Amino acid sequence: MTTILNDQPGKGTHSQFVTRGGSGFAVRAALADFGTGVSLWPLWIRLGWNDILQRYRRSMLGPFWLTASMAIMVIALGVLYAELFNTPIHDFLPYLCVGLLVWNLISSFLIEGGTLFTGAESYIKQIRLPYSVYVFRSSWSKLAIFAHNFVIYFGVLIYFQIWPGAVALLAIPGLLLVLINGAATTLLIGMISARFRDVPQLISSLVQIVFFITPIMWKPELLRTRTYIAEFNPFYHLVEVVRGPLLGSVPSSQTYLAVLLLTLINLIVVGTFFARFRSRISYWV
Amino acid sequence: MTIGTINAVEHSELSLKNVSVSFPIYHGGSRSLKKSLLFRSSGGQLASDASQRITVEALRNVSLGFRTGDRVALIGNNGAGKTTLLRVMAGIYEPVSGEVRSRGRISPMFDISLGIDGDISGYDNIRLRGLILGLSAKEIEERMEDITAFTELGDYLDIPVRTYSSGMMTRLTFAVATCFEPEILLMDEWIVAGDAGFLVKAQHRIENFVEKAGILVLASHSTEICKRWCNKAVWMERGEVKLTGDIDMVLDSYNAVAAA
Repeated sequence: MTTILNDQPGKGTHSQFVTRGGSGFAVRAALADFGTGVSLWPLWIRLGWNDILQRYRRSMLGPFWLTASMAIMVIALGVLYAELFNTPIHDFLPYLCVGLLVWNLISSFLIEGGTLFTGAESYIKQIRLPYSVYVFRSSWSKLAIFAHNFVIYFGVLIYFQIWPGAVALLAIPGLLLVLINGAATTLLIGMISARFRDVPQLISSLVQIVFFITPIMWKPELLRTRTYIAEFNPFYHLVEVVRGPLLGSVPSSQTYLAVLLLTLINLIVVGTFFARFRSRISYWV
Repeated sequence: MTIGTINAVEHSELSLKNVSVSFPIYHGGSRSLKKSLLFRSSGGQLASDASQRITVEALRNVSLGFRTGDRVALIGNNGAGKTTLLRVMAGIYEPVSGEVRSRGRISPMFDISLGIDGDISGYDNIRLRGLILGLSAKEIEERMEDITAFTELGDYLDIPVRTYSSGMMTRLTFAVATCFEPEILLMDEWIVAGDAGFLVKAQHRIENFVEKAGILVLASHSTEICKRWCNKAVWMERGEVKLTGDIDMVLDSYNAVAAA
């Protein structure tokens, strides 16, 4: 358990901290970790950006390779599935496109959460930084990748001559909710994966299954009577809260309620877990 | 060569009270989720397996207190807990029991190349490194001139550091690591290496740097370096403080035991 008094690494000459042993819930230390983490934004913005650049260094398209491969996937799957499901392509392809964009963001939080702390071992073992810095770093770089991919959405709008109208602005709070849930989940997965090393494998296989049972490549209407498959799937609501507005419809109140409830549960569970096990992370990695 | 602006260190403080640290050993088996789940479902059959997790007691009941002006050498054999103790002081490991209290910015100098990214330029690496050390963007820019002058790398700073020779890399990391005013400086072994010309310069700079620190804690196997830099010593053995006090006294008893 840790008590932190005015602990701001790098701020002033009188940064001060107290770490105390014992197991218990260190809520204040967890909050302080979060607060200091936010204040270190120049660090995590830079680290996150370098993470993206590193992958595409010296390639001509750079991070737009992500966009290119995503565009190819959207077109290929869009044409194929519109044919398979016998739906008009101008209706299906935009739906698939936005669904995939959002799903890509959500799944990257789940899959890459496994290496959140284990991948930063060299930092964690050498210097005391708030653990939330690693969460912000990865969340921000995922948002940046999403922004790159988002160009495809505009391409689709222009090609099919769709205009969602002002409703599209509702996607912004929706995206914020997705990010909050993503960041919380990635923190939880990062902590569990640092302790139990087979969790990342487990998650990546689960994510595959979730992708197929969530209405992304198919529309929920196809379920006819068994709509509960979508309604009880939190991922459906998470996708819908962004997809709906971008396609010009306001998500149902049921969707908003589900997402808000999910966010609340997520924050409570992850917050509790973080307060209890934060100080063990450096021992686990 | 000037080192940034000077913030006078008034009273740094670092104290440990009954600090104990133990590391659970997560070998292949106990670390897997399978083992934990099996343990739950098999109702105690594997209980002995799971609860007999081997732990290594790295530090036992360590109590120490340092104030501004203390230059402390950490001595002891390999595995005595020196590195763990430094990491506890740095706040990296939070103790399992006991309390660590510190006042003053802690600068751990364990791995001075931490955070160096081979694909970005020398300048960008300096900025990144500075941020990791807890400097603000403004503070880094203020020190940029001093750092670039010290590295003597000139135009090389514009190209990715992966093209640097190891000597050039040392200059860069060293210059950034020593560009600020340390308050509590924690070092795991003395960090100077490089070509002859650089060595003299580096020696001078590190001396300057260490002298400005409020508190220095240095783990070293070299009696000469300990004597030169420290006025106090802590002798660690098997995770416990065996002896603490004046540097000469502690070193003499340590060497007497080592010789015997």
